[in-house]
Amino acid sequence: MTAMIEITKLNAWFDDNHVLKDIDISIPANGSFGLVGESGSGKSTVLRTITGLVDDWEGNILVNNKELTKKRDKTFYRLAQMVFQDPFGSLHPRHTIDRILTEPVNIHKLGNSDARVVEALKQVGLDNSFRFRYPHQLSGGQRQRVAIARALILEPKILLLDEPTSALDVSIQAEVLNLLTRLRNDLGLTYIMVSHDLAVVAHMCDDIAIMNHGRIVERATAGQLADGKLENPYSQQLFKAAGGYDRAVIDSFVDWD
Amino acid sequence: MSSDTLLSVKNLAITFSTSKGPVHAVRGVSFDLGRERLGIVGESGSGKSQTGRAILGLTAANGKITADQMQFHDLDLRNLSKRDWRKVRGARISMIMQDPKYSLNPVMTIGDQIIEAYREHHKVNAQEAKRRALDMLAAVKIRDPERVFKSYPHEVSGGMGQRVMIAMMLIPDPEILIADEPTSALDVTVQLQVMAILDDLVRERGMALVFISHDLHLVSSFCDRVLVMYQGHVVEEIRASELDQAKHPYTQGLLNCLPKMDGNHAELPVLTREASWAEA
Amino acid sequence: MNISSTTEKPGLKQWLTSDTPQSRWQAKCGRAWLGWLKFTENRLAMIGLSIVLALILVTIFAPLLAPYDPLAADLTNRIQSPSAEHWFGTDQLGRDILSRLIYGAQYTLMIVALVVITAAPVGLLVGTAAGFFGGWIDATLMRITDIFLAFPKLILALAFVSALGPGIENAVLAIALTAWPPYARIARAETITVRKSDYIEAARLQGVSNMGLILGHITPMCISSLVVRVTLDMAGMILIAAGLGFLGLGAQPPMPEWGAMVSEGRQFLLEQWWVSTVPGLAIFIVSLGFNLLGDGLRDVLDPRGGD
Repeated sequence: MTAMIEITKLNAWFDDNHVLKDIDISIPANGSFGLVGESGSGKSTVLRTITGLVDDWEGNILVNNKELTKKRDKTFYRLAQMVFQDPFGSLHPRHTIDRILTEPVNIHKLGNSDARVVEALKQVGLDNSFRFRYPHQLSGGQRQRVAIARALILEPKILLLDEPTSALDVSIQAEVLNLLTRLRNDLGLTYIMVSHDLAVVAHMCDDIAIMNHGRIVERATAGQLADGKLENPYSQQLFKAAGGYDRAVIDSFVDWD
Repeated sequence: MSSDTLLSVKNLAITFSTSKGPVHAVRGVSFDLGRERLGIVGESGSGKSQTGRAILGLTAANGKITADQMQFHDLDLRNLSKRDWRKVRGARISMIMQDPKYSLNPVMTIGDQIIEAYREHHKVNAQEAKRRALDMLAAVKIRDPERVFKSYPHEVSGGMGQRVMIAMMLIPDPEILIADEPTSALDVTVQLQVMAILDDLVRERGMALVFISHDLHLVSSFCDRVLVMYQGHVVEEIRASELDQAKHPYTQGLLNCLPKMDGNHAELPVLTREASWAEA
Repeated sequence: MNISSTTEKPGLKQWLTSDTPQSRWQAKCGRAWLGWLKFTENRLAMIGLSIVLALILVTIFAPLLAPYDPLAADLTNRIQSPSAEHWFGTDQLGRDILSRLIYGAQYTLMIVALVVITAAPVGLLVGTAAGFFGGWIDATLMRITDIFLAFPKLILALAFVSALGPGIENAVLAIALTAWPPYARIARAETITVRKSDYIEAARLQGVSNMGLILGHITPMCISSLVVRVTLDMAGMILIAAGLGFLGLGAQPPMPEWGAMVSEGRQFLLEQWWVSTVPGLAIFIVSLGFNLLGDGLRDVLDPRGGD
């Protein structure tokens, strides 16, 4: 079975910094892949390279069997969409929700914008009363739902999720994660989820890669993670840190370089 | 108020007058604080940060505070003059905030800021102040205190910036430290390392710690007692060790809706909010 | 029994303050209404607005308001002091100063409006393009802007008018040529702040073109700062026009432009002070009005605030 996303030997640079080192990732259709790491690990950079926001990269990126070059085009945008971390920053403060959702429909000439907007809002659990509001009139969780609706309105096959719930309250996070799970099942989507939270990724993803300083240091399935079967010392440290405050654990931490 | 109690708060209420009408941020919060670690946990809008700020008299101008009691030793915090507040803040009650990017002055070196914090409350010459500042930087486990002393806040990492913040706030030797989401902006391993430093310092100095956070899991593993707040009320007060026996449905809901690393991909139980919780 | 007029007012207010607008138009009106309410809280800003509105009304109703023909000379009535027949007296050709003042408002408003319509869009376009594309486009456009900024406004306006010839149209052009650079600077600064935002990246990832991003996404974020700056600048524009008029390079006699009126009354300043002072006061009041209006708008239009 050919993978939906196949990344081989991906390397990327920001000026002189080698930020991604030999990244290999393979994700099947309808799969869910998690990238975990701390800040500076390069996990978000992987997503941004896929979306074409990084200029200086080398390697092979195959999405739906098509190789990606430096530029992205409209067919790509109908294939893969992104949900950003900050619900307060990813919606234009001066546009109504209606405008935010209608714009992509018009650009890609999909037609029927009215019906599509209503359907998109329904898919993410928002009713019509939200349609003509401005983002500042919505809560964080509601904004994130709109961001998901915006991503889905182009009917993509792939969703790139960049810490989609990190800025949300825990109870709202649960709702949004459930929504994402439901959508993946109903629409057959493929996910790449980036997070610093091991528990979130373990819950949402089938396969997980742990990154440190631009490199993938370990791969595991959700099941292996659940059993704590990690071999790399850095991933073990990350795993233990997820367990809460434990002095013995903390004293054993090593600052990785 | 027993001799062990440093701070006693009864029926604290804070209301903000905004253009959209009054906002009741805190409604009838009561607690006593001894030489212990008290965690205050809640989601956004719960009033936890406002409670912390009220203890230091840092409520915004459009906020009205009422309380039956707000006693710190022999001081009534409800009507302190500006001058008296300056003697309390930093010297006796101190606060560290979430993001050192915003809470450290970007145009002063770290050394200058710590010295300023120290000389505000202690009359010493510049050399003595510098020595104490370097000592404090070493106490927060900074390996090269001289270098950090001369650096600017943007030149150090987030974790180090937060440790600098702790050094600055603890150098005047306060009795109570209020930490408002002190580790939320940090990576997980750095979070725990910073908390370990707090752990040691609070224990050594016999201080009281108020740890405000949205992370119930983290707070319960670090503190002695936990107050759970919802929409301005305290809905539960519980010993950290007994958290799994929490009685209030909101606390239970918060604990249950966290994703666990058990390989289970089923939907997470979602918190259904009851209107009655906001009335307590 | 409900009288229709009493149910209409609450209906409109409800429509404006509705939590769930039914259309983009309703949402925009609602937002404008909230902005208006905030504006009205500022007393000084309301004073500024009243002055500007008064200027507009005087301009429109000049023929009805002016008691005399502003151009009608009456040499037997030269330099009369203010009286019941001539509220502000007469000038050196016997023309009623009040009437000239009223008609002069038209010139003031026209100059300001024409300059704004020309300079603001140019500044906005140059600034957003420079900020958005960066690189050599930014460098080139900003160096051109710098060249214009290097000259003091009045001197540059003088130079242009001298080259183009005196007259009110050339005065407008000259003022516009000196007015656009600060707008370009402001637009560029806002663009640079905004272009790295997530919502711009999100729009790019949805396939919005560069032009679409500049016009639909970045420009709305620049408009607030620009409006404030333009309103504050209007006072300056009036003064420059008055200065040009004073020097005889703007409006030509017998046009009752306020600056020219101040200039003409120079010779009689000590004894018949009203000939220069009254139009001078008018310039002052209108400039103040625009200033206060601009300040009030700044408080309301802060793009960083959510509401």
